[in-house]
Amino acid sequence: MITFVKEFKKQATRLTGDLRHRSLIQTALKKYEVIRGAKQAKFQDWQVARQAAAETKWEAINHLDKYLLEFSQKLEARGTHVHWATTPEQARNIILKIVRDKKARSIIKSKAMTAEEIHLNGALEQAGFEVVESDLGEYIVQLRHEAPYHIVFPAMHLSRGEISDLFQRELGSAPTDNPEELTMIARRALRNKYITADVGITGTNFAIAETGMVSITENEGNARLTAALPKTMISLLGIEKVLPRLEDLALFLPMLATAGAGQAITGYNTMYGGPRQPGECDGPEEFHVVLLDNKRTFLLADAEQRDALHCIRCGACLNVCPIYRNVGGHTYGTTYQGPIGSVITPHLRGLQDWKHLSNASSLCGACTETCPVKINLHHHLLQNRRNAVSQQPVWWEKLAFKGFAFLVNRPWLYDLGKKLGRIGQVFHPIVKGTVFDPARNWTRTRELPELAPQSFHELWKERK
Amino acid sequence: MSERDAILGRIKEALKISAPVPGEHDHHAPAAGDLRDFSKWLPRVGSDFVEQVELFRANSVELKTDFRLLDSAADVIRDLEELRVGNGWQGLISHSGKLTDAALAKIELPVLITDGGYDVNAMEKCDAGVTECDFLVAQTGTVVITNRSAGGRALSVLPPHHVVIARREQLIPDLPTAFALLKKKYAENYPSMISLVTGPSRTGDIERILVLGAHGPKKLTVLCY
Amino acid sequence: MKVTLFIPCFVDACYPKVGLSMVQILEKLGHTIDFPDEIACCGQPAFNSGYWDEARAVALPVLKRLRDSEKIVIASGSCGAMLKVFYKELFEKTEYAQEARDLSEKCHEFTDFLVNVLGVTDLGARFPHKVTMHDGCHGLRELKTGKLPPRKLLANVRDLDLIEMEEAETCCGFGGTFAAKFPMISTAMGDVKCASALETHADYIVSNDSSCLMHLQGLIDRQGKPVRTIHIAEILNS
Repeated sequence: MITFVKEFKKQATRLTGDLRHRSLIQTALKKYEVIRGAKQAKFQDWQVARQAAAETKWEAINHLDKYLLEFSQKLEARGTHVHWATTPEQARNIILKIVRDKKARSIIKSKAMTAEEIHLNGALEQAGFEVVESDLGEYIVQLRHEAPYHIVFPAMHLSRGEISDLFQRELGSAPTDNPEELTMIARRALRNKYITADVGITGTNFAIAETGMVSITENEGNARLTAALPKTMISLLGIEKVLPRLEDLALFLPMLATAGAGQAITGYNTMYGGPRQPGECDGPEEFHVVLLDNKRTFLLADAEQRDALHCIRCGACLNVCPIYRNVGGHTYGTTYQGPIGSVITPHLRGLQDWKHLSNASSLCGACTETCPVKINLHHHLLQNRRNAVSQQPVWWEKLAFKGFAFLVNRPWLYDLGKKLGRIGQVFHPIVKGTVFDPARNWTRTRELPELAPQSFHELWKERK
Repeated sequence: MSERDAILGRIKEALKISAPVPGEHDHHAPAAGDLRDFSKWLPRVGSDFVEQVELFRANSVELKTDFRLLDSAADVIRDLEELRVGNGWQGLISHSGKLTDAALAKIELPVLITDGGYDVNAMEKCDAGVTECDFLVAQTGTVVITNRSAGGRALSVLPPHHVVIARREQLIPDLPTAFALLKKKYAENYPSMISLVTGPSRTGDIERILVLGAHGPKKLTVLCY
Repeated sequence: MKVTLFIPCFVDACYPKVGLSMVQILEKLGHTIDFPDEIACCGQPAFNSGYWDEARAVALPVLKRLRDSEKIVIASGSCGAMLKVFYKELFEKTEYAQEARDLSEKCHEFTDFLVNVLGVTDLGARFPHKVTMHDGCHGLRELKTGKLPPRKLLANVRDLDLIEMEEAETCCGFGGTFAAKFPMISTAMGDVKCASALETHADYIVSNDSSCLMHLQGLIDRQGKPVRTIHIAEILNS
């Protein structure tokens, strides 16, 4: 049986060996670092802004019942149908029921990580509905039958040549290596879909409790079209997306854009407070909002890691993570990748199955340093490791650490160990790199350090 | 028990234990002032009209928004004529309003109006959508619109060129001001759509190279007098 | 003053000269060294792997031995982080919680101690070579030492030419047991680091963390690259 950790290691091995791929990712992310640095520097005080953002999210999450209730009531007061789903299956069924009731023939969708999380597209397609992804990057990976590579830049791993080939194959377009022409091909292909779709499905970036609005952030305009033309609109969101007040967006929208993409603010930030209201000339006749739990309440109950729910899905932690930069997004095998993915996936999908993501980190802390809402990401990775071991220790690891403690607490024994090690290292070259080499995980690619002829302890004694 | 009650119940139960104060591991209190005074931490905006309009202009250049500061309503008519000829417009779509009515009164083109409803296929054939707006935000070069002030949800995003007619008084310094004014203006009866439009439609999804006009308008023109 | 010097296990076993350099520097500055020879490990390997009980078994003697020290200098960023930051988490719900917090106040990484506590930036050293700096993650982020103290010290070393590498702040890939559990990722990260260092044409990669240098030297030796690693204490003592 292929376990998740085996699959992760297999993918990681393959991708760290793929120099072209690594170079593509590193170049893209280095460019991001430069523009992000520039935009961040424009803030009068980025660090205080982070503190303000952290405290606002703390307020939202630690009063989640109050704000969620306010959010749903304000929406319902203006004619929106609010649905609550504990499991992905419930969420899928709610949406399936809506599209069936509306006898939808075609569904257009804008980017929604939550939809990925509940495997919505697959369920809709199985039920016989055509679902088209309208975000360019998502559209591309949909045509390739692939998962998004990065939560903000789904097609980051593809070159223009690969995209041109894809369009040629799937859309019958002429080959071109001009990104503008490629974009226009996609624009033309999708144009008619907007106009004829019966149902539009969107995600949500922020849920504003005070005014009962969903706020959607994008650059392309596809979500605005998805929310403007179809007769029925459905917005899906995780319950943690809540912000208390409308004015909180004044802080969160520029921080999301700066941290996530090095933009001062994203192209379109749109708040929707209901279906078409009396006197309005267009907009959906029906607006549905689906609130998803899917183990978020489980994470909420873990007070130590509760701040992981503050995440605004900016992607900054992925961008700075040296592991992500070397293995890429698909390797994680989960909806949420990078540091935040490694922190929350054990809670969402099971600790023992997904603890390896928390282990696959050097704990450099770049993620925690960069997070706009100050989630203590790398410390949570340590806590996941502790929790995993507490639940199910690996017997030989536990024994090894117990042994090490025994050794190290007895200086005479520790000294003996070093002396034996010095003798042993003479013989090591015989087994080095072979299956008998106890250090082969290291020696496969690196030389071992030599034990010094005299340890510091010994040198110190000599000085006396 | 409904799913709603189940979820809210679990939340209440979870919150019985309190979480550590945010950012404790990395605390940055402001040297002075209230943490919630966001204007203090966001990028700086000058205090007078001249500085603010220059900032809006500089942002527009970076965003590739065509921003024109004009002197009168007559200039707007003149510039629209210039745009008509330069872009080869055959048909426009707009909404009724003090500024749009005045601006489009003399243009020699069919102008559809979205008020009361419209045919989306007819909109798709138009070359440009002309709208009013609520505010222009200097800090980010953003045009704030609602479906009430800008003729609906699609008018400003479906046609390939979005033209905004605005007044100088609509220029405001920053995002916190924008949200405060939206609240004041619309209080308990918000339009069902509010949008912060910053530049033409764009994407970087192909090799992180910037391309305009991904799905929304390829061009954004702001005529401000 | 009397300075307690904490020597990490790998410095003791593999790089004793680094420890010796620190002793010599501090003694030259007129301080006496208290070296606790009965403790040997901060407990980080067990802690990082999630075995906090086993980590406490190693950390408690350290905590106890250091309770009477005035100032503790730690010869490595990673162990420094363990003592200064993570002992607080490790002992949080135990009777030693306050002691761990007290210990934290007294701990300093070596360059941070020289520059920020002793106010010393010039040690009269001379090192006529091209050098590039690797900022170890623990020193940079966990301890919040930052980039400045080591650079202030290097700036006063005669004939030393410091060239910054692009990836100075990027993790080298060691990460303790991570290097053995995920060797392919660890190696890739180390390769990125070495490539960035080689671009500067420096003769030496210097850092304040020997564990990083051990990892990079391992890659350098295997691949035969024309650069060597050196700990900042050795430069400052030359």
